[in-house]
Amino acid sequence: MTKFSGFSILKHAFTGHKNWTAQWPESQPKDEYDVVIVGAGGHGLGAAYYLAKEHGITNVAVVDKGWIGGGNTGRNTTIIRSNYLYDESARLFDHAVDLWQGLSQELNYNVMYSNRGVLMLAHTVHDIQSFKRHIHANRLNGVDNQWLTTEECKAFCPPLNTSPTARYPVLGGALQKRAGTARHDAVAWGYARAAASRGVDIIQNCAVTTIRRNSNGSVAGVETEKGFIKAKKVVVSAAGHTSGIMQTAGINLPLESYPLQAFVSEPIKPIFPCVVMSNAVHAYISQSDKGELVIGSGTDQYTSYSQRGGLPLIEHTVAAISEVFPTFNRMRMLRKWGGIVDVTPDRSAIVSKTPVQGLYVNCGWGTGGFKATPGAAHTLAWTVAKDEPHPINAPFSMERFRTGRLIDEAAAAAVAH
Amino acid sequence: MLLIPCPYCAETLPEVEFAYAGEAHVVRPSDPSLMSDEEWENYLFIRTNAKGTHFERWRHIHGCGRFFNVVRDTVSDKIYMAYKAGEPKPKIDALLEKQR
Repeated sequence: MTKFSGFSILKHAFTGHKNWTAQWPESQPKDEYDVVIVGAGGHGLGAAYYLAKEHGITNVAVVDKGWIGGGNTGRNTTIIRSNYLYDESARLFDHAVDLWQGLSQELNYNVMYSNRGVLMLAHTVHDIQSFKRHIHANRLNGVDNQWLTTEECKAFCPPLNTSPTARYPVLGGALQKRAGTARHDAVAWGYARAAASRGVDIIQNCAVTTIRRNSNGSVAGVETEKGFIKAKKVVVSAAGHTSGIMQTAGINLPLESYPLQAFVSEPIKPIFPCVVMSNAVHAYISQSDKGELVIGSGTDQYTSYSQRGGLPLIEHTVAAISEVFPTFNRMRMLRKWGGIVDVTPDRSAIVSKTPVQGLYVNCGWGTGGFKATPGAAHTLAWTVAKDEPHPINAPFSMERFRTGRLIDEAAAAAVAH
Repeated sequence: MLLIPCPYCAETLPEVEFAYAGEAHVVRPSDPSLMSDEEWENYLFIRTNAKGTHFERWRHIHGCGRFFNVVRDTVSDKIYMAYKAGEPKPKIDALLEKQR
């Protein structure tokens, strides 16, 4: 693996940048692996990387039905934050935010993590009370989050409409300064490159059709489009398609798959310095380094695998953004897309062992999986390597739906994650 | 946007008139206290999440206000049919054959 540095760019400049080599090889499946990971998004590739780096397990394959990072890793709005209400969530997401800070250096790949801050707007007295409760809960958990007055919100984000006569007046906001955005593709590519350099095989365009089990019930391997791959351990990290694959191993998960849409505007000069979320009008917005406004809101109301979603959601989102940022109401939208997100009843993830020996699952990230990528991958690798829960992911077991010990972020956030 | 046929109003109307209400034919147990935790988990939380033909409930909130069932393909979002609440689950093979 070529190490990227200022010097290497300078060196390659002399030969017209024609001698860069492929960053990871195109692998074909071997007959057998210690660990097969189903799903080459940020979570799956990250888990392969941490398995290799921290646990010395390098005989690993990451298998995907399409190209790496082509699922929800490439279909989100790249918002990263950790200001969740409950202790369990705060620990998990803050672990991820900690890892995000140094990820570019660790992977020797620029994931363009930007601590531009995430500002959540309060439009009603109820919002103020709810956000202040979040701020206090966060600070007790060591998660940075602070209250801004209307004037401070305007100073932090000048495009905001803070007129008291606005339909949704800004009464203040909760700001997490350490939060921000990253470049989604680079996260998949960076983890893939770092994992491959440690011996991990990345196998694209090879759909896993079935998880096969031994006669004693333990996992035997996976059937794929390119034949059977034997594996001591199998990890499923396939977002909206997780429940279907897990059913082939006889495990029914509390998941439903919904389209989550997002869209970007035509590129414009830098105007928007941070990420703004408004729970009351239900939308979020930031500006990418290319200059596009990146906009999203909630899922469509019905389950679907269409990767498209319906028009009413777009209309709702655009209306919400135009309401809070009237200055954008003549912007033209360039592209829109949908990702299929797997949603649990309590809107918290499942990172867990399963009743099948040697089978692990990472799913249920719903509308908020991108921000968790390093934290999910890091703790998942631990769970797979040691066959036991990591202290941080232990509460996110699949048993909680039986015991009733839910992590009810659905009630806590009441809106988009 | 989905165009949804309401079997009560006998009209096909845009999705915005309706609210999705989850998977259909999930029967509330008659005596929950007799159930094991596993059965209770299955009733409350486990869904088929079908990729393909899906039986689901909708409510015509901006119309007659009534619940009914719809058969939809979750890959193409094509709606095959709608039927009134309480009617038995239609035989899907015959239905698909008829559509073709």
